[in-house]
Amino acid sequence: MDTTRILLDHGAGGRASHNLVNDLFLKHFAPDGGQGIEDCAVLDLGPGRIAFSTDTFVVTPIFFPGGDIGDLAVNGTVNDLAMRGARPRFLSVGFILEEGLPLEDLERVVVSMARAARNAGVRIAAGDTKVVPHGAADRLFINTAGIGSIPDGLDISATKARPGDQVLISGTMADHGLAVLCQREGLTLSNAILSDTAPLGGLVQTMIEAGGPAIHVLRDPTRGGVGTSLNEIALASGVGVVLDETRLPVDESVQGACDLLGLEPLYVANEGKLLAFVAPDAAQDVLRAMHGHPLGRRADFIGRVEASRPGQVWMETAVGGARIVDMLTGEQLPRIC
Amino acid sequence: MKHQGEFRNGAVARRLAERLRAVSTRPTRLMEICGTHTVALFRHGIRSILPENVTLISGPGCPVCVTATEEIDRTLRLARTAGVRVATFGDLIRVPGSDSSLKEEMAAGARVSAVYSTLDALQLARDHPDEEIVFIGIGFETTAPTVAAAVFSAARTGLPNFSMLSCHKLLPPAMEALLSSGDLGIDGFICPGHVTTVIGTAPYGRVAETHGTPCVVTGFEPVDLLQGILMLVESVEAGRADVAIQYKRGASPEGNPKAREIMNRVFEPADAPWRGLGLIPGSGLALRDEYRRFDARARFDLDVPPAKEPPGCRCGDVLRGAAAPPDCPLFRKACTPDRPVGPCMVSSEGACAAFHKYLGR
Repeated sequence: MDTTRILLDHGAGGRASHNLVNDLFLKHFAPDGGQGIEDCAVLDLGPGRIAFSTDTFVVTPIFFPGGDIGDLAVNGTVNDLAMRGARPRFLSVGFILEEGLPLEDLERVVVSMARAARNAGVRIAAGDTKVVPHGAADRLFINTAGIGSIPDGLDISATKARPGDQVLISGTMADHGLAVLCQREGLTLSNAILSDTAPLGGLVQTMIEAGGPAIHVLRDPTRGGVGTSLNEIALASGVGVVLDETRLPVDESVQGACDLLGLEPLYVANEGKLLAFVAPDAAQDVLRAMHGHPLGRRADFIGRVEASRPGQVWMETAVGGARIVDMLTGEQLPRIC
Repeated sequence: MKHQGEFRNGAVARRLAERLRAVSTRPTRLMEICGTHTVALFRHGIRSILPENVTLISGPGCPVCVTATEEIDRTLRLARTAGVRVATFGDLIRVPGSDSSLKEEMAAGARVSAVYSTLDALQLARDHPDEEIVFIGIGFETTAPTVAAAVFSAARTGLPNFSMLSCHKLLPPAMEALLSSGDLGIDGFICPGHVTTVIGTAPYGRVAETHGTPCVVTGFEPVDLLQGILMLVESVEAGRADVAIQYKRGASPEGNPKAREIMNRVFEPADAPWRGLGLIPGSGLALRDEYRRFDARARFDLDVPPAKEPPGCRCGDVLRGAAAPPDCPLFRKACTPDRPVGPCMVSSEGACAAFHKYLGR
């Protein structure tokens, strides 16, 4: 490529587009040549039901401690598939690039996506690029869509929480939101806060091996945080959720930064954590399995499901009080993913 | 942030709550006059562990909430003025004025920037020499010194395109006004830790002496709050009208003389309109004559017609502690955090927003 920046030509479908696809996207996404350039990919999914999801990423800044818009875009869709018990298989990637974007930045993002896809065990099988004039977008936006296959006998859904279920979280809350915010606002803390962006498919497979159909609900608490996700599950399943404040895991420097900024970790985005609702007799086994996986080392029980107060989330506070945990209203942090 | 563990210790908190139950023998109404206290009391579930005798009422402690509609109308007038960019703390953007809000003005093309500090507003003025940057100064004695420092710095460096609209409020005159209105039955004040770091405790001494109402300067963690409430209940039970500091790691009797000095150098006390409390003499801050050129009211025509309050909204009564949010006919019906009618539902520190967020439906 003879330019260092994205030009409108790169999205025009001509030679510049062709070169960008071959020299950048195919080079990293399909180093073995893949299926070459066709109008669509043809996939063999084998048995099982198909899970299908899509998500769009507009995070600013595009590079932040612990990750970037590229691995976020891969992990985000991979995790949405995994939350229904699916094994993520294939992704499509759509780029909207702003004219003038340094090619170096785009390549860094593409390399990061390719690495994230390898880690998650998915193949990037289809893609598209558009370039818009300077000022019509902010650097680059990415859409990913993904499909995965669900093994027979699994029916994990936000509607399946049952009274008695134990509520588990796979690790600390609020890391991603705080990492992006600190980077954006130039806040320097003594301990850098890293985004937790990670693919959760492997952790989910480990949990399914340990708990199988005893795993009723899985959810990755992204925008809106743990508080909003739990409310969605309580509403969808028609049950009440009671949290124990003393068990909610928050990294010390994240808690300190949240206090400083007036944010509640319960409502701050995560990109590599999951919530699980598990039948009580299998909950210990599932927790033990999570502890054995690198992404579940700090997993813990954080609450339980009750039949009373359906649709509501309550918290028993550290000082022995009780209060409701409502959904997030408004936008706490814009453009976090 | 190591102190968190200690001041969020469940066992200590439970002991304080037990002690409160043992000490309290009669109905006691305590008012918190700091929005951060309002939120912390809910967030930690403090209300749910207090003895039945002890009632907490939220006072005029949320800076966005106490800003009068006429002051909001002036910011809207500024936003509609050609060549002006309004710089403001984010919460104010959604507060409805008589016929619009800054958010609606933004959608119609007005230039409004949310800033985290006055220094950001000064930077805006440097970055946009072709625009008039007007900073909306809201907040209590905690914010006013930094705003004063910014004006002082603008005067020294000669920023021609920076000015401010002072809507600052002083808390002690409001406490006196509340007690003088007589019908609220306030037995003690949970005084704001951060305001006190600036003003010290002398102003509360006058409140306690004149009205016989004890004041305890309190911190923001659960153990702070319970200890502050316990100290107040002990005073009420003993019939003492004393001023004490629970938040010793932050506040001192002297406060911060340097902060007061810069505040007094740039501002002078002025009568100010409060939502719900009306005009309170000497409860606001106006720029002194030598800084008049930074006063947006001197630079622009900001005469606005008499303010129209939203029909049915009881924010005023809520701010005086005369009504609790659920007493308002609009609460959770016409007025929600997604579609707020009054400022107490807009600001995260507003009593209505806190009730909505933390109390069961």
